[in-house]
Amino acid sequence: MLRYLALKIGRALFVVWAAFTLTFVLLFVLPADPVDLLFDPAEVNSVPPEVRAQVAASYGFDRPVILQYLTRLGHALTGDFGTSVQSGRPVVATILDVLPSTLLLAAGALALALVIAFVIALAATSARRPWVRDLVEALPSGAVSVPVFLSGILMLQIFSFRLGWFPAFGDEGARSLVLPLITLAIPVSGPIAQLLVRSFATEFRSGYVTTSWAKGATRGGIVVRDVFRNASLPALTIAGITFGNLIAGSVITETVFARQGVGRMTQAAINTLDVPLVQGTVVLVAVGFALINLIVDLIYPLLDPRLRAALATG
Amino acid sequence: MTDPHADRQDPLLRITGLVIDYRTGRRRWTPAVRGATLHVGPGEFVSLVGESGSGKTTLVQGALGLLPESARIRAGSIAYSGVDVTGWNDRRMALVRGNYVGFIPQDPNTSLNPVKKIGQQVIEAVRFNEPDARDAARHRQAALDSMRTAGLTDAERVFHQYPHELSGGMKQRALIAIALAGKPKIIVADEPTSALDVTVQKVILDHLVRLREELGIGVLLVTHDLGVALDRSDRILVMRDGEIVEEGPVRRVLENAADDYTRRLLDAAPARHAGRLEPASGRRPLPGREVLRARGLTKTYRLRGRGPRRELRALDGVDLVVREGTTHAIVGESGAGKSTLASILAGFTSPDHGTVHLGDRELTGLSRGRLREIRRDLQFVFQNPFTSLDPRFTVAEIVAEPLRAFGLARGRRERTARVTELLKAVALDERHLHRLPGQLSGGQRQRVAIARALALNPKILVLDEAVSALDVSVQAQILRLLVDLQAEYGLSYVFVTHDLGVVRLIADDVSVMKDGVVVETGPVEHVFRSPRHDYTRRLLEAIPGAGLAVAGAR
Repeated sequence: MLRYLALKIGRALFVVWAAFTLTFVLLFVLPADPVDLLFDPAEVNSVPPEVRAQVAASYGFDRPVILQYLTRLGHALTGDFGTSVQSGRPVVATILDVLPSTLLLAAGALALALVIAFVIALAATSARRPWVRDLVEALPSGAVSVPVFLSGILMLQIFSFRLGWFPAFGDEGARSLVLPLITLAIPVSGPIAQLLVRSFATEFRSGYVTTSWAKGATRGGIVVRDVFRNASLPALTIAGITFGNLIAGSVITETVFARQGVGRMTQAAINTLDVPLVQGTVVLVAVGFALINLIVDLIYPLLDPRLRAALATG
Repeated sequence: MTDPHADRQDPLLRITGLVIDYRTGRRRWTPAVRGATLHVGPGEFVSLVGESGSGKTTLVQGALGLLPESARIRAGSIAYSGVDVTGWNDRRMALVRGNYVGFIPQDPNTSLNPVKKIGQQVIEAVRFNEPDARDAARHRQAALDSMRTAGLTDAERVFHQYPHELSGGMKQRALIAIALAGKPKIIVADEPTSALDVTVQKVILDHLVRLREELGIGVLLVTHDLGVALDRSDRILVMRDGEIVEEGPVRRVLENAADDYTRRLLDAAPARHAGRLEPASGRRPLPGREVLRARGLTKTYRLRGRGPRRELRALDGVDLVVREGTTHAIVGESGAGKSTLASILAGFTSPDHGTVHLGDRELTGLSRGRLREIRRDLQFVFQNPFTSLDPRFTVAEIVAEPLRAFGLARGRRERTARVTELLKAVALDERHLHRLPGQLSGGQRQRVAIARALALNPKILVLDEAVSALDVSVQAQILRLLVDLQAEYGLSYVFVTHDLGVVRLIADDVSVMKDGVVVETGPVEHVFRSPRHDYTRRLLEAIPGAGLAVAGAR
């Protein structure tokens, strides 16, 4: 068990380190000079070299790459990702400002996506008429296929502009959260629902379900008592994909609904080549990714006694 | 047919003229059960015998209301104690299932919920069939009682275990406990022991008989094994192509089967034959010199994990000699190490200690390239013809593959000629050349696998449970084919099997394995007539169909 834990935690740390290093290399080899971006584009060429050098020095852009890397890594370990080139504020503080808003959106969307996915899977499993089941099973692929910006704009059109039920942008109050939540939840729910529909169907045909029928169980009872837990296990395995979808979706959702958040901040940071801020967010996402997978690895043995037994002896 | 029960009490289960169709197209239905009629009375042990595709499982599913969605009952009726339940929906059938009819499924390894403790699964079966849903303490007690009745003497401990912690036999007992928990009047068992070892099979079946006697419940046993049916039932029914072709008391069927098919089944049963099969033409080759010799083979698998190193000794100092033109059978139950032995003999696995000699050449410790050369003389036939053939290759491609790989029979024409010749040798013909494995029956597939193994003119075939997945009548054909091929080409076989009945038909020598050790070895007649080791004796006693042998000798 201890070895299992150590292995998983070690892997999580490696992922975060790799993300840091990779972003450093990628951002360093980006063709644009970050110093240029600190000045007004119209005046860039007229800036005296000594001013440029001074600015570069103050940001540490003038030192050898390996030194820059080591210094940044050292600082990162103490939670210091430098200052944003654009705003001049510490990267960590900038991220922390917008993080709660995104966390709220992502967590809410994930919860909603799970509800949607399970409802679809349960409906498909319980449906007795083949055409109803076919229809329900087609929903997830539809959900994945509709791009977030399209569904977001459609919802804005209908529910904000036409009906005026929800505000079109901003992030004040619960009402402003409704449309972004739905917009983000739909594509995230797709892959989960597809997986669940499949595993529910597979599990429903398995031997122990026949045993339960023979015991005298009813259809609903079988779905709840036998199928649910066995079928839900595989959904955990795509937690990583789900997290990725949430991040990617939140970038677009926050842009469409003009919400504050990590997604929109990342987009802005990339557009302005705000190297420290981009790196900070990437590492943050990597931390989130590693954490999610770590949690999944820890939950799995709790849900599956077979794995638990394997760990106890191993 | 006059029914002896008609004017007395209604039988526990009566199926009358049942027709069940499977949907095979938009509006196309293919019958799987065509007008089956049967009944099971209180305290009666009835066996339903049939080969795969006979419709026996569909019939049972129909009786329990567990048909898949693609099936429908077109005609006939199912009645429990005179109550017609045909066409009842799931909700109403749930009152009958468990409560009135208990079901023991085929494969204990997949029939228990892997994430729930055994006790909980048995308790559920108690609770579904009790009027008082809240008395948890009594449910628990009832579940434990049921587990003890099912032969789980250590019920308290098993109660808190998960399925993966139990052996196959224990799982099947847990499933029997579940079937008994609803206090049913009749138990339907669908091949309850097919996935179990023969000694475990005997214990489970004996237990079913005891339950019948002690609790007075009726038993309907579905099986493909005529021997199993004959040993224990009061009456047997033989099913073929969806119809019940034979029905009667065991003694009558055994001595005077009314139907042709039943007689053929009886003949195909290995237990019917007292001695080795003789080739159709020619004579059996005289045993020659040693062609394969294994000395002191030892193989240990290291189990992963911390703490004291745990090891599994799969083989422990195994010796084996195969003489030219003979069959050496290796028998044992699961975990005995017979597959490990087979794969070492074939060069797939290397032993920790010991040597294997093929003629004068030593096999062990050879490089891949040298081993490859030796493979021309030593070929392997796998257990499952459904997975050992590439589903995308045609029969011609499958059989030609070894020729191609070793650069033999160059040129298309020559290769096709050789493939056709090989197919003829295994009693297939040109019509099969361009079929895919999916279009062949199990027996035909195994023939293709044998043809492929013969392509390089080997001296030895290692056959790992090569007939175990086949129906008895098909199994009999394949065994006959192997005997004929042996006579024709002077082949030697290493024949790995769990079925002692088959050994008698095909083998000259036999080695009995248990826990990685050969406990007894010698000529087949010797070992069968006067087994020296306890375990051999137990194995021999567990062979189903003792009655068959008697009738066959008559």
